[in-house]
Amino acid sequence: MTAHTPTSAFDAASRRPLSDHLRRLEAESIEIMREVAAAFDNPVMLYSIGKDSGVMLHLAAKAFYPSKLPFPLLHVDTKWKFADMIRHRDSIVERYGVDLLVYTNQDGVDRGINPIASGSSLHTQVMKTDALKQALDKYGFDAAFGGARRDEEKSRAKERIFSFRSEGHVWDPRNQRPELWRLYNTRIAKGETIRVFPLSNWTELDIWEYTRAEAIPIVPLYLAAPRPVVQRDGMLIMRDDDRMPLKPGEVEEIRSVRFRSLGCYPLSAAVESEAATLDDIIDEMRVSRTSERQGRLIDTDESASMEKKKREGYF
Amino acid sequence: MSETLVKAAPGGAVQTGNGRGLLRFLTCGSVDVGKSTLIGRLLYDSKLIFEDQLASLERDSKKHGTVGEDIDLALLVDGLEAERQQGITIDVAYRFFTTPNRSFIVADTPGHEQYTRNMATGASNADLAVILIDARKGVLTQTRRHSYICSLLGVKHLVVAVNKIDLEGYSQQVFDRIVADYLDFAKTLGFETITPIPMSARYGDNVYTRSDKLPWFKGKTLIEHLETIDVESTAAAKAFRFPVQWVNRPNLDFRGFSGTVASGVVKPGDKVVVAASGRETQVERIVTYDGDLAEARAGDAVTLTLKDEVDIARGDLLVPPTARPEVADQFAAHLLWMTDEPLLPGRSYLMRIGTQVSPVKVTALKHKIDVDTLEHLAGRTLALNEIGFCNFSTANPIAFDPYVDNRETGAFILIDRYTNATVGAGMVSFGLRRAANIHRQSLLVGREEREKLNGHKPAVLWFTGLSGSGKSTIANLVERELHDRGVRTFLLDGDNVRHGLNRDLGFSDADRVENVRRVGEVAKLFVEAGVVVLCSFISPFKAERRMARELFAEGEFLEVFVDTPIEDCIKRDPKGLYAKALKGEIANFTGISSPYERPEAAELVLDTAGSEPAASARRVVDHLIALGIV
Repeated sequence: MTAHTPTSAFDAASRRPLSDHLRRLEAESIEIMREVAAAFDNPVMLYSIGKDSGVMLHLAAKAFYPSKLPFPLLHVDTKWKFADMIRHRDSIVERYGVDLLVYTNQDGVDRGINPIASGSSLHTQVMKTDALKQALDKYGFDAAFGGARRDEEKSRAKERIFSFRSEGHVWDPRNQRPELWRLYNTRIAKGETIRVFPLSNWTELDIWEYTRAEAIPIVPLYLAAPRPVVQRDGMLIMRDDDRMPLKPGEVEEIRSVRFRSLGCYPLSAAVESEAATLDDIIDEMRVSRTSERQGRLIDTDESASMEKKKREGYF
Repeated sequence: MSETLVKAAPGGAVQTGNGRGLLRFLTCGSVDVGKSTLIGRLLYDSKLIFEDQLASLERDSKKHGTVGEDIDLALLVDGLEAERQQGITIDVAYRFFTTPNRSFIVADTPGHEQYTRNMATGASNADLAVILIDARKGVLTQTRRHSYICSLLGVKHLVVAVNKIDLEGYSQQVFDRIVADYLDFAKTLGFETITPIPMSARYGDNVYTRSDKLPWFKGKTLIEHLETIDVESTAAAKAFRFPVQWVNRPNLDFRGFSGTVASGVVKPGDKVVVAASGRETQVERIVTYDGDLAEARAGDAVTLTLKDEVDIARGDLLVPPTARPEVADQFAAHLLWMTDEPLLPGRSYLMRIGTQVSPVKVTALKHKIDVDTLEHLAGRTLALNEIGFCNFSTANPIAFDPYVDNRETGAFILIDRYTNATVGAGMVSFGLRRAANIHRQSLLVGREEREKLNGHKPAVLWFTGLSGSGKSTIANLVERELHDRGVRTFLLDGDNVRHGLNRDLGFSDADRVENVRRVGEVAKLFVEAGVVVLCSFISPFKAERRMARELFAEGEFLEVFVDTPIEDCIKRDPKGLYAKALKGEIANFTGISSPYERPEAAELVLDTAGSEPAASARRVVDHLIALGIV
């Protein structure tokens, strides 16, 4: 692809001016991304298709304009994402003109690992964490952007923006490099890598307000619509295809639902909602009494489970 | 400090939206003063604690809690599992909350002894600090320490939170006494505002809600103060500074320089110079994805294009011709040491300031600072969490402003060149005039002419190896051979140098570094004179051998590793030193009580186990011949 034309990109008419707060966050993220492009040989941006990834990609387009992104996107496909997510991914890749790598842990597929029979924990370990490590090793990436935010979860609150991983992608929360001012230490030895979190200081509300202001496309599943769901373990699960059989006694019913967080469909709980526009979502968020990760079955095993997964290489 | 501000209660209209923008602050205070409880209270009362988090908090409170049946708010913020079990905060955690009037990022930093590094990290990006004081204990050593670190890191606004006032019967006398004590101590620290507030984080008094138990207090609650204080950065009013971060070159027709405006304002048409080279040009466009801008201000991430083709790369600093920063290769700065291995003056570290990176050495530790008393102490090294005032020397001139004038262009970090760890944080005070006024004298007779006269090239043969490995024996044989061939030579021997030039040095790590530095500089003079220099030094540390190597051009420095197993050295023990060292009579003896780091990329490795010294010497001479040096 050639460079963008010097005129503004797309949807200029539907964009709104940013608040000072969002402009500061935007500038900080752009600075972080440029730092990676300047300091690393072979960076990659993890793209999970969700709202945070959408903002991250949009910021990257801004950071390097008029150049195209100096790194590819990587999507780790567990083969259990909502079909809408895959459609959205492919349209976004075209819209931003970026290179996309898709990686699946074929060994996991061959072993028949799936979220329904294998359970959330094994599925996540094999198809997400292991797959990610395999992909990073395969392409020899030395820096990987992730869309994690510090406000999401307790152990994330202490992660650095440039987060060091020793060989084997191991995170040692007790031995992190101090990070002062905005003077990031990007130096690593061969085999070591850095995970970079340009959205560290954004909150969920910031993400939505920025998405609205910049008219960033999102997966329609974030907006409420009548959808077929079943009640399972107190959660509303949407049957996205016929690989998820109904258990005895379960009935599928149509309810107006949306998702606050998207992952593998059997592991992503919907919330009942009438919020069908971004304005509605933002209003709903301001009065919400539950956190966004509540709908993620992978977090609930025990309260320190995220820290455990992160030590093992999860994003 | 010119005055103390204790602002009156608010009477004005409430702003809507995030009118004041973002406020970054940190909380600090001694152990058990209630920092985490205060942050938990701020989150809880801002309704940012969700039902699922509250459920998990109630479970955790029963398991680890320290407040009986109540919900322990501190558990909300003590994130990592280990901390929840130990009941201490071990690292900096960032928390986010928003009120109708402002968004906040809080850095929660630990209050126990290993505090300095983490606190400095939190303070480096903070606009304001909340210093907590336990109403029962008053101003403590740690209170003074934390205040000094905030002041050193350039935090301008302070809230003195006198917490646990409930345990002192909400007493005004107690509050007034503590405030008076504190102000007396802090008057020299240069804060712009100091705002004392009595509170109880546990019960929420004066955090979000005005307490009816503190009717005598007329000031703002904590949240009112945080929402309304004006910390509006003065960065835009300062001189323009633009560190080039990334060269933006999508095609041959576009060459832009991407970066974040560190301070000041820039407009198309403004004249700018590259600080280090002094080359001048003009800003042509300010390019962004959202279209060209008419101006860019401090904090904006933009791409500049320039009128002329000037040689500019990452690390350059663009500045106005009329308000330039200092450019020097020597400067004085405060340095906070952040790692277990002590600072060694003379050792080469990497320094990052803005986007510039340069090798740097501490040339002198002027004094250490006792952070409890602010007294100046003598010292030769800095240990973890110590602060010193040092002179620095960089390999290339760098551009900077004093930290008190500009945080963005006066702050730096030091990186260990082997482990890549971030080991120090520095704040530049001033450039050293010595560097500005001592220019190199150009000489009439040059090096090439001397080489011609000598009929050979100069070189350094750096023999490294354990004591008793045979370094000096081999070096002597090499010199004899070279001399006989008509080569001008000189042998610098470790023991001999220690009788003269280096007789003031001992065998501590710091002294070993200085020993090698001086020998390297002397060898350099000989090389300038066209001589082949043979240096015979144990030189056990990789870092110092590398430092010596970096004094010379590529190909001039040849590391010769005399590889003799320590068992053989002990057996030979020509000076009887191993016998003494093994008895514990010699401290810091290499191979016994001090490490020897084996070279990984020596030009020559002499395995002495199977060969006579003469054969080893022969190999060295043959190598010089093969390289065309002699």
